[in-house]
Amino acid sequence: MSSDSMALATVREPSQSLGDILTSWVTTVDHKRLGILYILFALLFLVIGGIEATIMRIQLMVPLNHFVSPQTFNQMFTMHGTTMIFFVAMPMVFGFANYLIPLMIGARDMAFPRLNALSFWLTAFGGLLLYFSFVGGNGIYGAGGAPDVGWFAYSPLTSRAFSLGHSTDFWTLSLLVSGFGSIGTAVNIIATIASLRCPGMTLAKMPLFPWLNLVVAGMVLIAVSPLTAAQVMLCLDRFLGAHFFDTQAGGSAVLWMHFFWIFGHPEVYILVLPTFGILSEVIPVFSRKPIFGYPVMVGASVAIGFVSMTVWAHHMFTVGMSSYGNTFFALTTMIVAIPTGIKIFNWLGTLWGGKIIFKTPMLFCIAFLFQFLCAGLTGIMLSAAPFNWQLSASYFVVAHFHYVIVGAILFGIFAGFYYWFPKMTGRMYNETLGKLHFWLFVLGFHLTFDFMHIPGLLGMPRRIYTYEPGRGWEGWNLIVTLGAVVQGIAILIFVGNLLYSMFEGKLAGNDPWDAWTLEWSVSSPPPEYNFAKIPTVFSRRPLWDVKHPEDPDWEYE
Amino acid sequence: MHRIAKPSIKIRAVLALPREMVGRRSGLLIVREFALMIRRSSIRLAKAQAYLRLSAVLVLGLSRIRCCFAQASPIPSIFRPESTPAESIHRLSNFVLIITGLIFLAVFSLLLYSIVRFRRRQDEDGREPPQVYGSNRIELAWTVIPGLIVLVLFLATARVIYSVQEAAPPPGTIRVTAIGHQFWWEFRYPDLGVVTANELHVPVSNREKPTPTFIELLSADTDHSFWLPQLNGKTDLIPNRVNSTWIEPHATGTYLGQCAQYCGTQHALMLLRVYVDTPERFAQWVASQQLPVVQSDSVAKGRAIFEHTACINCHRITGTAANGTFGPDLTHLMSRDTIASGAADNTHDKLRLWIENPDAIKPGSLMPAMKLSDPDLDAVTAYLESLR
Amino acid sequence: MSSTTIAPTSFEKPRSLPYKGQVGMLCLIVAESSIFTIFVVAYIYYIGKSLSGPTPREVLEIPIFATVCLLSSSLSIHAAVSALRKTQLAAFRLWWLVTLVLGGIFLTATGREWHHLIYHKGLTISTNLFGTTYYSLVGLHAFHVSVGLVGLAIVLILALRKLVRQEHFRNVETFAMYWHFVDAVWVVVFTVVYIVGR
Repeated sequence: MSSDSMALATVREPSQSLGDILTSWVTTVDHKRLGILYILFALLFLVIGGIEATIMRIQLMVPLNHFVSPQTFNQMFTMHGTTMIFFVAMPMVFGFANYLIPLMIGARDMAFPRLNALSFWLTAFGGLLLYFSFVGGNGIYGAGGAPDVGWFAYSPLTSRAFSLGHSTDFWTLSLLVSGFGSIGTAVNIIATIASLRCPGMTLAKMPLFPWLNLVVAGMVLIAVSPLTAAQVMLCLDRFLGAHFFDTQAGGSAVLWMHFFWIFGHPEVYILVLPTFGILSEVIPVFSRKPIFGYPVMVGASVAIGFVSMTVWAHHMFTVGMSSYGNTFFALTTMIVAIPTGIKIFNWLGTLWGGKIIFKTPMLFCIAFLFQFLCAGLTGIMLSAAPFNWQLSASYFVVAHFHYVIVGAILFGIFAGFYYWFPKMTGRMYNETLGKLHFWLFVLGFHLTFDFMHIPGLLGMPRRIYTYEPGRGWEGWNLIVTLGAVVQGIAILIFVGNLLYSMFEGKLAGNDPWDAWTLEWSVSSPPPEYNFAKIPTVFSRRPLWDVKHPEDPDWEYE
Repeated sequence: MHRIAKPSIKIRAVLALPREMVGRRSGLLIVREFALMIRRSSIRLAKAQAYLRLSAVLVLGLSRIRCCFAQASPIPSIFRPESTPAESIHRLSNFVLIITGLIFLAVFSLLLYSIVRFRRRQDEDGREPPQVYGSNRIELAWTVIPGLIVLVLFLATARVIYSVQEAAPPPGTIRVTAIGHQFWWEFRYPDLGVVTANELHVPVSNREKPTPTFIELLSADTDHSFWLPQLNGKTDLIPNRVNSTWIEPHATGTYLGQCAQYCGTQHALMLLRVYVDTPERFAQWVASQQLPVVQSDSVAKGRAIFEHTACINCHRITGTAANGTFGPDLTHLMSRDTIASGAADNTHDKLRLWIENPDAIKPGSLMPAMKLSDPDLDAVTAYLESLR
Repeated sequence: MSSTTIAPTSFEKPRSLPYKGQVGMLCLIVAESSIFTIFVVAYIYYIGKSLSGPTPREVLEIPIFATVCLLSSSLSIHAAVSALRKTQLAAFRLWWLVTLVLGGIFLTATGREWHHLIYHKGLTISTNLFGTTYYSLVGLHAFHVSVGLVGLAIVLILALRKLVRQEHFRNVETFAMYWHFVDAVWVVVFTVVYIVGR
């Protein structure tokens, strides 16, 4: 057992120049390095997306503000949404998946390491392409710039007639390119889990994090492709004069909506399910008990994967579908709440009767539980179609989905960050700064997103660069902006903690949390080959069996 | 004006409000329960969560206050419905809120209890707690109960979907065709021969002999959405598609709304106003809209400029050479309270500024600056001000 | 560190996990099916909705010969893979060449059909909804055939240089899965465009 492991993330021979180091990172096919690259890439875009959000919030702080022009504001909300979904949340998810899956299933790397690298660089190129639009989006007529059509780019606003210049083309092409990267990663995850599990690890003995990523990878294959198809159609419309979404030629604007949301709804489950996986690893360790109801957790995840493909048109309750259509989608949306709710209860069951340790990863998990509960309940409100007719496209729905994406997904990702930081870098983060980040972020999050529901209830639509005074929206918007500033400070503390701890943190050792899955059996950071000898496992918690030979798990599972 | 109180309002003050002011009994009960819960919970996180619910409930409660207004408040709250479909939606939303509120209370309390009760204490012996893997009975219970809740919610929802979407227009219905443009609303009353823009007039509806307004929704360019929270949920206007919605207001007044589907640069200022008039006033309004255009010699100069510049390509003034449909019909421009779809009041200065430089009021709107000289500008403004 | 200090009394039999190449190819096929489904849905949705221009009935001729060629190429590639598994390298190369030629015939026939439609019938992608959906769906398929032909050619060149041996049979079989998928998609496209949509 090599407990005197490397102190730094990069295994550095003394004579390596900066050029050599950079080259080794750029040409790497090691899943761990690619995972870290994904995560760093996502962090960078988190900051950029956060700046875009702050610009919007300053503009909306008071009514009839003149901080930015309407054109700029419209670019901001488009870029903020596109960036956060495609270049923050998805790369984060893939980064953690890449880093952890081979380690958790006892493999040396992903099934297709070079495809892995290609997928990352495609995603990175997509991000670059999207941001190049600020410079290169002007067309012949000097119109354009960054895309300003909203992150779901409804037609016919995206047609040549209404979207001048190349801004929409940058949106389309950057997502097309990074979409191929996503599909590549999904192929890799499935092939890895199917073919590279260590001896003894049947699917029933695989930890929940890889399980949830397996479900997500399947969803990516099925759900990202419709977006690719729709974007190809949009490109054909814009460049070759096709009429897919050309309402003047009999085309249908609603068809784009269907295609987009057939992608868009499973997409948000693609983002949240891996976070469930993180929670299902962190909560047991910090409650000192196994996850409550493992088989049902797997079943519920698979059920969510399938049912989430049938709910997409709840984003379209207001487009004038028939009452049959509205009723169907209301029903399926309410149904998907059941397996989702079950998971909350299973985590509650894990906490119950345990010995809860309130370290930073667990704090983020607990906040997740409260916040995901709220987010799910506002989701139920939105699933009632008539209620949705009032709430959709208003700040209520903006508050709801930020509650999911920030309050649940980002909090879960922070939990994962703090939990696996020692494994990835070999050092412990600073616990005091971690707790400070947590409390500040909770404060800022609630200031912003709790009160954001209210203007929506009072009639404030989304995507407006300003609003009239006297509608009762002013004070709430001010509080929302204040919360955004607090969140920004918290993120800075987080980044500072990461950077500081990477160099000055206490050495972590293999297993600082006394955990039970395979990644904690190797050094921190792991050697390039992961395992000196591929392990054989007999239960879902191999290290529990090792630490408690008198009471192994496989006697009870 | 009536600003909704910030959540820093003391709980005591809320409880002290007379019952008639806070609303129905159920509202007060919910407020009391949340207040007690906040007092009891000792954890900041929980408090923050509870404030969300309290503030939402405060909105619910305070929105019922009807004291000072003879007409509708300028706050377009979905909890102050004044029209039949909005009222159906409101009843459903209350039902959903109560159910989700109860679920929230139950799960929240359990979570709170578990993180307090099952903390690892300092003096513990370092042994692991009992390793429980699951319980079929418990897991069955917490699958079946949510299933039943979903069933109940779904049935309630389906009922309202049908009652609102499949409502049949009774005799006496006013029919309106709304056409969404970037960035203004065109309203046509096909049976009455009236064409106007941005401000919709409808008669108030009597519950015994209802006179709702059924609105057909079309679009001339991109997607828009017709939303007046107090009158109904929103319905989109989508090109190459015919949608429809209806309102049945029960109280006179002015109701505010705006476009709720991002349609381009000036989506934010594509505002909506609905004037719910008494039947007599409505008839008067219709009659005045049906009158031919006012011809006045004192504004002949302005009229000449109007008809010889590009104005007539976009705008229509019945009985004159101006016959464009790209911009609003101006025949009775002075009968409207606002211009530029609500972005500015219909005053002399604002009208003049709008014609001189639309971007000063609504940057990115599709009306070009007409580059008129000052005297021409004054003349045209005077001409438009004659169009009553 | 040893991870096997205790063995449970009932140990699972050693199992064999699937070959990762085939898993990967299956995943790719799932994703591609999803893309094609969306184009097929668009095609079906827009049947009869063109506002003007030529209708399918007026301009489409059923491409029987091309279809037979493409479907036969599935048989020939299957024969090639079987031959390789049995180390009949010459037979493998022959059947592989036949597959390539049949695929090439299909693509050429498609190209000729398009030439006819564009220059003699006046149907382009921007003519009307039928033109849009027809060229995009058939074109997407033809694109996948082209990629397949490139792959077939590369393997043929490697085979002619005697670099493809019996131990590569699984890799070749994985590629053949892709070719079978392309054929299966043609069955669907053919049915939707030339039978249902006319």
